[in-house]
Parts: sequence; C-alpha cells; structure tokens
Amino acid sequence: MNVIVCVKQIPDPNAPGKLDPQTRRLVREGVDLVLDPGDEHGVEAALQVVEKAGGEVTVVSMGPPKALDAIRKALSMGGTRGILITDPLLENSDALSTARAIAAAVKGQPFDLIICGTESTDGYSGAMPAQLAELLGLPLLSFAKKLEVGDGKAVIDRQTDDGYDVVEAPLPAVVTVTGGINEARYPSLRGIMQAKHKEVKQVGVDDLGLTGQVGAGSLTQEVVQAVPAEARKAGEVVEDKGEGAKRVADFLAQLKVI
Amino acid sequence: MAIWVFAETVDGAPRPVVLELLTRARSLGEVSAVALGPGAGQATEALGAYGAGKVFVHEDPAFRDTLATPAVDLLASLIERHQPEAVLFGMTYDGRDIASRLSARLGTALIANATDLDRKDGTLAVISPLFGGTTLVTTISKSKPPALILVRPKAFTAETGGGVTPEVERLTDAIDAAKPAARVLKREKEQAAGPRLEDAAVIVSGGRGLGGPENFGMLDELAAELGAAVGASRAVVDAGWKPYSFQIGQTGKTVKPTVYIALGISGAMQHTVGMKGAKTIIAINKDAEAPIFKLADLGIVGDVHKIVPQLIKEVRSRKGK
Ligand SMILES: Cc1cc2nc3c(=O)[nH]c(=O)nc-3n(C[C@H](O)[C@H](O)[C@H](O)COP(=O)(O)OP(=O)(O)OC[C@H]3O[C@@H](n4cnc5c(N)ncnc54)[C@H](O)[C@@H]3O)c2cc1C
Ligand SMILES: Nc1ncnc2c1ncn2[C@@H]1O[C@H](COP(=O)(O)O)[C@@H](O)[C@H]1O
Repeated sequence: MNVIVCVKQIPDPNAPGKLDPQTRRLVREGVDLVLDPGDEHGVEAALQVVEKAGGEVTVVSMGPPKALDAIRKALSMGGTRGILITDPLLENSDALSTARAIAAAVKGQPFDLIICGTESTDGYSGAMPAQLAELLGLPLLSFAKKLEVGDGKAVIDRQTDDGYDVVEAPLPAVVTVTGGINEARYPSLRGIMQAKHKEVKQVGVDDLGLTGQVGAGSLTQEVVQAVPAEARKAGEVVEDKGEGAKRVADFLAQLKVI
Repeated sequence: MAIWVFAETVDGAPRPVVLELLTRARSLGEVSAVALGPGAGQATEALGAYGAGKVFVHEDPAFRDTLATPAVDLLASLIERHQPEAVLFGMTYDGRDIASRLSARLGTALIANATDLDRKDGTLAVISPLFGGTTLVTTISKSKPPALILVRPKAFTAETGGGVTPEVERLTDAIDAAKPAARVLKREKEQAAGPRLEDAAVIVSGGRGLGGPENFGMLDELAAELGAAVGASRAVVDAGWKPYSFQIGQTGKTVKPTVYIALGISGAMQHTVGMKGAKTIIAINKDAEAPIFKLADLGIVGDVHKIVPQLIKEVRSRKGK
C-alpha cells in the first residue's frame, strides 16, 4: 500500500494573523512556521494505514524552500520520503494552482491513497483536496473521522450535520481527514535523527511541465479590499455575589425567553 | 445577469441555506436553481417562493447516493449550455466538495467562506471574514465565468419574495455509473434531544470551564427549561466531551440565535466568529478578563458550577414549577 500525504506549512496558528496592507496577502515574515496541526492527523492516518497493510508513505508539500521543515517533521513521525514542490513562480498560488502542482508531482508516482486535511488552518477553504481528486480523476472520500483500507477499497465514516455516513470508494482514492480521526503521535528522538537522512526530492514548475499554468500569473481571483470588521459592543459585566443567577433570569425574562 | 443557486435538498426539502442564498441572489440578478436527487421536484415551489424564476430538476438517486461526481458532471454540462455569471453553493459538506471539484473541472474561480455578496461597478464582489472575523476581505473573480462561491450558512436571513411559480426544466442527462466513485452505504444519526443548533432561538453553550463531560448534564437541564439547543467550544469537542456536531466556530457551525449563553467559554476569535451574529449574548466566566465579555450584552463573573444550578432553579420557579 503506497500512501501519499499532503502537508502544508502555515504561520503558527496561535499567533494572530496579519495581512500586508499593500499586497493584501498573508504576512509570513517574522512569524514562526509550523506543520499545519490538521495535517498531523493526515500523517498519522497515513502511517496507521501502512503499519497495518505494509508499504510506504510519501510526504508532499508545496511551499517556499523553508517548507522542507514541515516535510521533515512528517518524516520524523515516520514518513518514508518527501517531495517538496518549490519554485518562485509558485509564490502566492491559489488552491487550484496548488492542486495542479501536486497532481503533476504525484502522477509519476505509484500510489493507492492520497490523504489530506479537510481544510488548512490558515486558509480554511478546504478546496485543494477536491480539486486534486478532480484533476486526477479519482473519487474523494471527504470529512473522514474513521478510515479503513483493504480489499482494494477505502471505507470512511464521513462527518455530517447530525451524525455520520459510511462511504466507500475503490482505490486509488483521495481522503480528507478531520481532527477527530486520531491522536497524532509525537516524533521520537530516533525518528527525528532518521528524518535528517531521508530522501526529499525538490521539484519546480519546469520539472512538472506546468510552465504558464500555475502561480501568480494564473490566479483565478483577486482580493481587492481588506478592512477591519465592525466589533460588537460590550454590555454590562457584573461580578457574581450570589445574585448572578437572578440577574441572568431577569435578563432572560426581559428577552421573553421565560 | 444569471445567478444560479445550487439547491441542496434533503428528502425533497431545500436546506435552509438554500433559501438564504436565494433571498440574497434575488437582488443580484436573475435567479435559477439546480435541484438534484430523489424528491428534488417537490422543492420547486419553495425555491420559487424565495426567488428562483427557473428550476432545473434531475431526480436520479445517484445524486443522493454518490458523493459529488454526478452533480459535478451535470453542473458542468448545464453551465456550458447556459453560461451563468456565478453559481452560489451553501458551504456544507456536499456543497464544498461539489464546488471545489467543479472549479478544477472548469478552471474557474472558487471563492470560499463568503458571508456577504455585493455588486461593485457591475462586478460581483464576495466578502469573507479572515482571522476569526476581525478582518473582512473582498474578493473578485479573475477567471472566465462562472465564479463559484461557497457561502457560510446563516450569512443571510431567508425571506420569501418574488413569489413566482418557477419554470421547471426536467433534465434527463445520463449518469455515468461506471466511473470510480464514492458511494454512501449507510447513514447514521447521533441526534441530540431538543431543537437543532442551526434552528434554535436559544443556545446554551459549554466550554472547557465546565471541567468535564459529566457537567454537561446541567446544560441539558437548563436547555430543556429554555427550549434551547446545546452547543460547545472546540476545546470541549477536542477533549471528546461532546461530538463534533456540537462545535460552534470557524471549523464548526455558524449559529445566529436570539440568545446565546456561553458558559465557561473564553471567547477565542475562532469560537466567536461562529456565534457573534447572535442577537443577544450572555456569558458566565470566572475570569473577568475573558475576551467573551467584550461581546457579551450581559456578563457574569463567577463560577458556572454555582450559578448554573441556581439559574435552573430560578427559571423553574419563574415558570411556576
Ligand atoms: C484554526 C483554528 C480553528 C479553530 N476553530 C474553532 C472552532 O470552530 N470553535 C471553537 O470553539 N474553537 C476553535 N478553535 C480553538 C479556539 O482557539 C479556542 O482554543 C477554543 O475556542 C477554546 O475553548 P474554550 O473557550 O472552551 O476553552 P478555554 O479557552 O480553555 O476557556 C475556558 C474558559 O473557562 C473559564 N472557566 C474555567 N473554570 C470556570 C468555572 N468554574 N466557571 C466559569 N468559568 C470557568 C476560564 O476562565 C476560561 O475563560 C480553533 C483554533 C484554531 C487555531
Ligand atoms: N501547499 C500545500 N502543500 C501540500 N498540501 C496542501 C497545500 N495546501 C493544501 N494542502 C492540503 O490540502 C488540505 C486542505 O487545504 P485547503 O484547501 O488549503 O484548506 C490541507 O490540509 C493539506 O493536506
């Protein structure tokens, strides 16, 4: 079983995000970059598949040269090898360019399963995996909170508004995982040491045969304005000295809830 | 200008978000809806009442039982035939998969997380929140039409209007059943008692400050007294105290109740983005500095373990129980 897992490097989600006022793009300088915590669940899911069925995990990321750190982290968790798609031409790519680049990078690669996060923590559009599935002509099993692989197919529990659906697809397929699917493991010291020597192939736009089809030149959309949102005004804050519950009940009565 | 709404239906009834989208779409152009799946034909009247002048209907069960791909095939060919300016989708599980695949198929813009739509000099402008709703960005399409726009549920209030009986076009396009696809084998519900979070007028929501899953019992009690739904923060869902379907916020549900009662919730922006549309917010938190107090209409600094049981008693006595 060969599994590809797509991981994204993002600005530390615990630090507040900023837009460059000129370019209206995410500021990435001066912020710590981390492997998207959502994608750690993808790596874990991939490792669990090959631990059961045998095979290898290839970690793929598109990003600046520094995104190598995100791949190394995934390799230190247990991934076999990495592919880093990096090229100045890919700067500020939108989701569709990302999907095109990843589709081209994995095409020559034998795989049974591609695992992604349901949505990135910084962009949270969740578009890339479905676009990737479409470009590769593969079924997409999305929002998986449970994944089982065997007999040439994958079966997931797919999150819904009020429960879950059991959904099946033949392999190869693309799967997106939610945070609830597993506890991601911590890299062991040995894992970290080994990751340093694992192979990471670097590819650019030319290598992928995508010249003119991706990146800033083929953006499908443009952010034309960014403004601070109107804030809600604070109301009354009172300390509970035994009357708190009564105050709330009074307010609920005033609102005609009771 | 033709604006289409992808009209997701469940057992023949349009999802609430569909009616919200139609309401907004009316003021942006001539509206058509696409309703797919068994029973979709039953939705045409409601779709017309909310603004669809025309409804495309295809009732093949594949649209219900196979994820995304049959809908993408059909939409792609419909779009080629009619060339709408934009297609609006509710940002639901299925809506997101379908719109995303379609954008790759057509090579057109996909704009996600929209909370408002507007026209600027004739161009459709999409407004979406960033950084937990602290910043609003406006995005326009640079690709050939149609722009595919994913709109967050509850962005608009559904109101009837137009009131026409829509023209209905029944489609007979063949479904490619041989294609490898993701098929639904079984549907499981984990429904809680009381109203659905999305529809509830009152929501009682619990955070990590409750201390443990056992303490959600008092929230259920309070909710039952108020006819409310119970929600939760992500910290609670991550800890496994409540299933994901309870989660409110950026990566959970967006709610717009009349009253939102936040209990032991700090008010992180990823949480508040999903609830700050509530008409009234009440918060109880033992930390006077908790950010939730910055948006609460009434904030009580105190211990939920003390106040909530008192509140249940107080409510019961006022209801004459
Ligand atoms: C990309 C991303 C997406 C996210 N999406 C979501 C989302 O969709 N929804 C969401 O909710 N969060 C989301 N989060 C997480 C969010 O940042 C917060 O971590 C989370 O909302 C915190 O939950 P909480 O308020 O329950 O817990 P905490 O922040 O730990 O707050 C607990 C509060 O309880 C109070 N408290 C403790 N004991 C008591 C007591 N006895 N009585 C009264 N008060 C008490 C404390 O003072 C504290 O304010 C997301 C984060 C990221 C990075
Ligand atoms: N630049 C990238 N490199 C590798 N994988 C990515 C990249 N962007 C997105 N992904 C994958 O797609 C998922 C959803 O991201 P998004 O569509 O950006 O919300 C992520 O969790 C990753 O698995």
